[in-house]
Amino acid sequence: MTPGSMSREVPLFRPLTSWRPKLILGSLLAGAVAALLFYSWGYQIRNDIGVTGLNRPVFWGFYITNFVFWIGISHAGTLISAILRVTSAEWRRPVTRCAEAITVFALSIGGLFPLIHLGRPWLFWFMIPLPNYRGLWPNFRSPLVWDMMAIGTYLTGSILYLLLPMLPDLAILRDRHIADNPNSARARIYRFLALGWRGTAQQWHSLESGIRALAVIIIPVAVSVHTIVSWDFSMTRQPMWHSTIFGPYFVVGAIYSGIAVLMVAMYLLRRGMGLESYLNDKIFNNLGLLFLTFTLIWSYFTFAEHLTVWYGNEPSEMAVFTERISGQYAWIFWAMILLNVALPMLVLSFPLGRKPFFTAIVGVGVLIGMWIERFLIVVGTLSLPRLDFTVGTYQPSWTELGILVGSFGLFVLLYLIFIQIAPIVSIWEVREGEHHLGQVRPASEHPTVETT
Amino acid sequence: MTRWGMVIDTDRCTGCGACVVACHAENNIQTVGEEEAKNGRAMHWLRIERHYEGEFPDIQVRFLPVLCQQCGSAPCEPVCPVYATYRTPEGLNAMVYSRCIGTRYCANNCPYTVRFFNWHAGEWPEPLDRQLNPDVSVRPAGVMEKCTFCVQRIQEGQDRAKDESRQVTDGDIKTACSQSCPARAITFGDLENSESRVAQMAKSARASHLLEDLGTDPSVIYLQGGEEH
Repeated sequence: MTPGSMSREVPLFRPLTSWRPKLILGSLLAGAVAALLFYSWGYQIRNDIGVTGLNRPVFWGFYITNFVFWIGISHAGTLISAILRVTSAEWRRPVTRCAEAITVFALSIGGLFPLIHLGRPWLFWFMIPLPNYRGLWPNFRSPLVWDMMAIGTYLTGSILYLLLPMLPDLAILRDRHIADNPNSARARIYRFLALGWRGTAQQWHSLESGIRALAVIIIPVAVSVHTIVSWDFSMTRQPMWHSTIFGPYFVVGAIYSGIAVLMVAMYLLRRGMGLESYLNDKIFNNLGLLFLTFTLIWSYFTFAEHLTVWYGNEPSEMAVFTERISGQYAWIFWAMILLNVALPMLVLSFPLGRKPFFTAIVGVGVLIGMWIERFLIVVGTLSLPRLDFTVGTYQPSWTELGILVGSFGLFVLLYLIFIQIAPIVSIWEVREGEHHLGQVRPASEHPTVETT
Repeated sequence: MTRWGMVIDTDRCTGCGACVVACHAENNIQTVGEEEAKNGRAMHWLRIERHYEGEFPDIQVRFLPVLCQQCGSAPCEPVCPVYATYRTPEGLNAMVYSRCIGTRYCANNCPYTVRFFNWHAGEWPEPLDRQLNPDVSVRPAGVMEKCTFCVQRIQEGQDRAKDESRQVTDGDIKTACSQSCPARAITFGDLENSESRVAQMAKSARASHLLEDLGTDPSVIYLQGGEEH
């Protein structure tokens, strides 16, 4: 191993080997914000779902918006990382881990929202096909049941997909801690987490074929997840929900918001942890180009969706359409266009705009824009039912706002904890990449400490 | 077979609202109060919608009583993840309150917006609780509800006919709304029985369904455009 690459790894190990005051403080702060979610949710369970601003006809509001938003973000990691792995994009190596972690945490939070949203959340298990003596089953025709299964599959898959490539890194940590003090708590924890990884040729072979298989399997799973989320809407016959392009439109939107979060997370990791040598400008440039590609695809879908509705000119659809383009939702609709179309195109088209800071700024913009998109879809349609005697409005309550804010806190908290458990850049994969460039020996040939 | 149906003659409807009150009393529907009603949470399984015909001053107000249409092909049913709403063999869209987990998906997919959610549990302060109908369950918070075609009265009518060893005949069963309508605008009965009044009236040239083009196959038939015009 070259001394250069060793010193490069120093900032990666720092939060893993000692307590970093800034990280602890950050985690506590994030935890305080996350507590807002649990407090608000507890308050809601105690005082009924009526503490929200929901009403008739706006039966779905912030919670479903947040659900689609967080599930969308979960497409950052696993899908992008899997596509990059399958296509053997070399520059992916420092990106995969931090992206896959986003998936697992965003998905866990996204999966909370349908429960938060329920009128009687303690009965959510009615949706699970448990054998019972009365032969009561969930309704397999309901998109919500499909949803639960798709998200369950995706969550299981992405946890495996995060953990499997982590094994060699956990073994590196185990060996370090054992070398330091074999009886320390960290040494014991990592001995357990590394699952007896020794780095034999046989193990490397199994690991690599495992990762390869998972990467291929997880792509259709990810696509199906957001397709099914879109079907929650398009399977109904509500104006501007009942749309055939919703499946691909939502998948594209999900990846788009996923890349946005990835850009922001990478920028913060790079700044906060001093990972400039891993998450370098070239990676930001490449991901920036991918980001721009998805700006274009998303803009195309949005245009196609709205043009066909306008041209078709059906009264019930036009009511929703007009309200969105020039009615009460116009200002947020045009803000969305600004944030999701104009801003990314203007910034990302230029090499300077694909520098880390600017991609992160665009990332924040697109995140807000994509949240607005989901809000417009959910509330825009519901407030204008087909039988137009009942026109509705919707004002979120503090409970709903608290849960939205708290969900961000929870995400940051989980992420900060993760940084303190596992290296946020896959050490062995980067070493392997350097080996391919002829710089160092492959990770598989690194001596590992035998443990008993 | 039986298919319960209702015919509403909108030319007879005066918009008095007696049916709405009768429905509340019969079915233990909560009154949500001024504040909640303002937030769009008023609950009326049957409501009277107004629309205006003509230009001022030659204007006419028309009333449209809207309730669950008990669709033969109901959009609310397939989307419920837990079978809390389903179609009975007698053509009713039944709600199983104890099964409902409150996703509110059914309400979103109802084109008639006739489903009502218990954002909070109903309150009947003393002595109002004594007027609760013992034949109808009081719904807890977090579940959906809607017009049942007074299923408890259907049940009672069928039981009575059975006790008297005879078939249910036309007029045996009256929903609370049809019973209380002073203009006799609402008629209830079995659409499958060709002898019944509803079956006869459904054949009228004045008959139509609400949002007919959606193909929901409603069991509620509206009559309009009669001699009053």
